[in-house]
Amino acid sequence: MSEIIKVGMADLNIATNQEILTTLGLGSCIGLALYDPGTKIGGLVHYMLPDSTKLRNNNNIAKFGDTGIRELYNRMIKAGANPRHMVAKIAGGAKMFEVSGLSGVGNVGERNAEEARLILKELKIPLIAEDCGLNYGRTVELHCDTGLYYIKSVGKEPKAI
Amino acid sequence: MSNFSLDDMNSMYIDVLREIGNIGAGNATTTIAQMLNERIDMKVPNVQLMEASELGTAICAEDEIIVGIFLEVQTDIAGSMMFLLPMDSAQNVVNMLMHRSSDYREPFDDMDLSALKEIGNIIAASYLSALSTMTQLTITPSVPYIAVDMAAAILSVPAIQFGQYGDNALLIQTEFGEENKVSGYFILMPEPDSYEKILTSLGIQM
Repeated sequence: MSEIIKVGMADLNIATNQEILTTLGLGSCIGLALYDPGTKIGGLVHYMLPDSTKLRNNNNIAKFGDTGIRELYNRMIKAGANPRHMVAKIAGGAKMFEVSGLSGVGNVGERNAEEARLILKELKIPLIAEDCGLNYGRTVELHCDTGLYYIKSVGKEPKAI
Repeated sequence: MSNFSLDDMNSMYIDVLREIGNIGAGNATTTIAQMLNERIDMKVPNVQLMEASELGTAICAEDEIIVGIFLEVQTDIAGSMMFLLPMDSAQNVVNMLMHRSSDYREPFDDMDLSALKEIGNIIAASYLSALSTMTQLTITPSVPYIAVDMAAAILSVPAIQFGQYGDNALLIQTEFGEENKVSGYFILMPEPDSYEKILTSLGIQM
């Protein structure tokens, strides 16, 4: 039985080999997985908001896309992952309520996903798969032995990307 | 940008919110009792201040399915509010409204969802009317939006909303009813400027 490591909201972690990184019930947040197939080192960050520079109160690195993804990248390298072999997959960024979009709650999921694409481009990491948007929650699992990213939602067939 | 943040929330403000929750829940209970033509009791609400990132586990396990009803509020204050029902409570409410036996547990159909929206609407409106009366501010709710999904996914919406201004969030828990117990949670999410407006209207110095 492989070990399962839980990543909470505004949290990140890395794992390797037989371990599984999971986050339960992603809504508008993003679960971004980084993986190096050579060393089988994987990482998962569950961030809530795209950009830390837009806020005064931004001490929690894993709460924001810009700081969270960079921190995960650095932690992976420190653990021995090769940045040139790293790939990324993202899930989440849903619009949980079909609001008219007045309060900015509406499109935060979309902005979160957009931030991932931006930061990954900057770090030169290819984004090889994504399952974002729409109006439902997702539970994700990154299996570090294969690099497969499993996604489960209520009333839908589980899938791997 | 406003300097207000829930991170420096004082106990007096929490007391005020508890009182608003109390009156609001009282209003809601009366309305629902009239709708159902049944006697319904309610408990004093429990107000919790917690880390926004912990909201996902505040009601139940992250992947447990709950019902979330979301409304935007406008006019004198801007923001949004949510009413959350654990699945069991949601089933109980719908069964009471539809005159079904209390152990009926089929998945919700469109009619059930529409009934739930209406309950959310009534409860939110009662709560807002209490807030409005106490503050003398005009507060108008939008139409309700509903989602039935994993708790953490639904609660990511208020977590993000609070997360924009600080690290803390406020959750108000209310319980109604005796046998077919219904327990629900309110989350009020005013924009920071509106927090100040609410507090000032209540005569609280920041």
